[in-house]
Amino acid sequence: MSFLIDCPLCGPRETGEYRYGGELQTRPLPDSPVSTWSAYLYERTNVAGIERAWWFHRAGCRRWFQVERDTRTNEVIRVGWTLPALTTGAGADG
Amino acid sequence: MIGPLRRWRVMRPQQRKSSYDVVIVGGGVHGLAIAYELARRGVRDVAVLEKQYIGAGGSGRNTAIIRSNYRTPEGVAFYDESVRIYEGLAVELGFNVLFSQHGHLTLAHTDAAVAGLRVRAEVNQLQGVDSVVIDRDEIRKIAPALDLSDHPRYPIHAALFHPPGGIIRHDAVVWGYARRAQEMGVHIHQGVEVTAIDLADGRIAGVQTTDGPIRAGTVVNATAGWASTIAAMAGVRLPIVTHPLQALVTEPLKPFLDPVLVSATLHVYVSQTDRGELVIGAEIDPYASYSHRSTLAFMETSAAHVLELLPSVAGVRVLRQWAGICDMTPDFSPIIGPVPDVPGFILDVGWGTYGFKAGPVAGRRVAELIATGTTPPVLAPFSIERFATGSLIGEKAAAAVSH
Repeated sequence: MSFLIDCPLCGPRETGEYRYGGELQTRPLPDSPVSTWSAYLYERTNVAGIERAWWFHRAGCRRWFQVERDTRTNEVIRVGWTLPALTTGAGADG
Repeated sequence: MIGPLRRWRVMRPQQRKSSYDVVIVGGGVHGLAIAYELARRGVRDVAVLEKQYIGAGGSGRNTAIIRSNYRTPEGVAFYDESVRIYEGLAVELGFNVLFSQHGHLTLAHTDAAVAGLRVRAEVNQLQGVDSVVIDRDEIRKIAPALDLSDHPRYPIHAALFHPPGGIIRHDAVVWGYARRAQEMGVHIHQGVEVTAIDLADGRIAGVQTTDGPIRAGTVVNATAGWASTIAAMAGVRLPIVTHPLQALVTEPLKPFLDPVLVSATLHVYVSQTDRGELVIGAEIDPYASYSHRSTLAFMETSAAHVLELLPSVAGVRVLRQWAGICDMTPDFSPIIGPVPDVPGFILDVGWGTYGFKAGPVAGRRVAELIATGTTPPVLAPFSIERFATGSLIGEKAAAAVSH
């Protein structure tokens, strides 16, 4: 196992039980220009630092939730069904 | 690693200037090959900035496999040019890069995989690349150590045999390029980290580093693992997610395995080095991370998968394992070329798990792009604009990724 993630329902489990769902993004409004949608689809902050991302507990409760983690060390800082926006903006927005 | 490198001086220390025509960020095979090829074209006011030591990143962490049996015509043409440069590289650089073209076997364990290999063989042959689907009897002649019985969970049905594929001494490639580039007047500064990129009127004006500012009209992002971080300094967001990729090496054995073995079904590739060690790699860790820590889960699963292929290595001990970080793009293809919004900023990034084998051709073509100001046709499919226009490439024969 590489590190543990504390599932809000199931408690600490090893990473292999989860599926990574990518950094949190803000979905554009439906009538946004194509360029906005293509940026939403492909561009990522990909921060080397504190990231907010979706994770799915595929081998447990099968619920999606959010994890705040330092991508440099894999240290999990906190988890929640939804996390409040980061003030630095790093990884919190697309 | 750093100790012996410091004692054996591949490179001379050079006095840093305050301004260069071209600054290349990243002292791996890509950055150094670009520098060397620029020098060959007469562009010699060039500096390569490396935050650690040359080859410290992906160039020194990959499993050193060279091949061109990709699946898309764009990919095959590109990697084939690279294989051809690698074939003459030792002579060209005056430095032995220990390229061993022992062949490369991509194993198919299912009917669907066999069909996929047939498509690849056709695409390869149309491009003039030596690549053919072979059956078990032929595989046995090339790799008698493989378990070709019906006993494994995923029996081997066929393989794509690619004779020009092989392995290389990756450090030697880095050192060879660095030494030759330096002889031709390029500056290589190790231990210098870029901390910011300076823009003036929307175009590149230079970089800020841990060793002070450097002015430059052209800045090349030739980093792996840090491409998003460097691009963000110029206000550019990339379609890249950084994943760790792990590898391990066993104790040395007598030579028993000629070709490189790859199994997409088992997510493993294995080769025997000139020193006799087995080098084993896997697929990327399935989450974004910049961590270089290796994991027990990787060693356990890789060992189990190698034993399915090569039961005879059951008692062999693992010497060490490590991780590198890979910049994955949505279509498993690199992003190369200028950034339209930021004149003077050139990308050679998004090299995922296939960057090392492409170093020479990327170096040659990116240097051509910088020197002439026009994009060579072979690079055109890899522009960053392809994501806005929906012209993705979809290189499904990239290693280390499940499809």
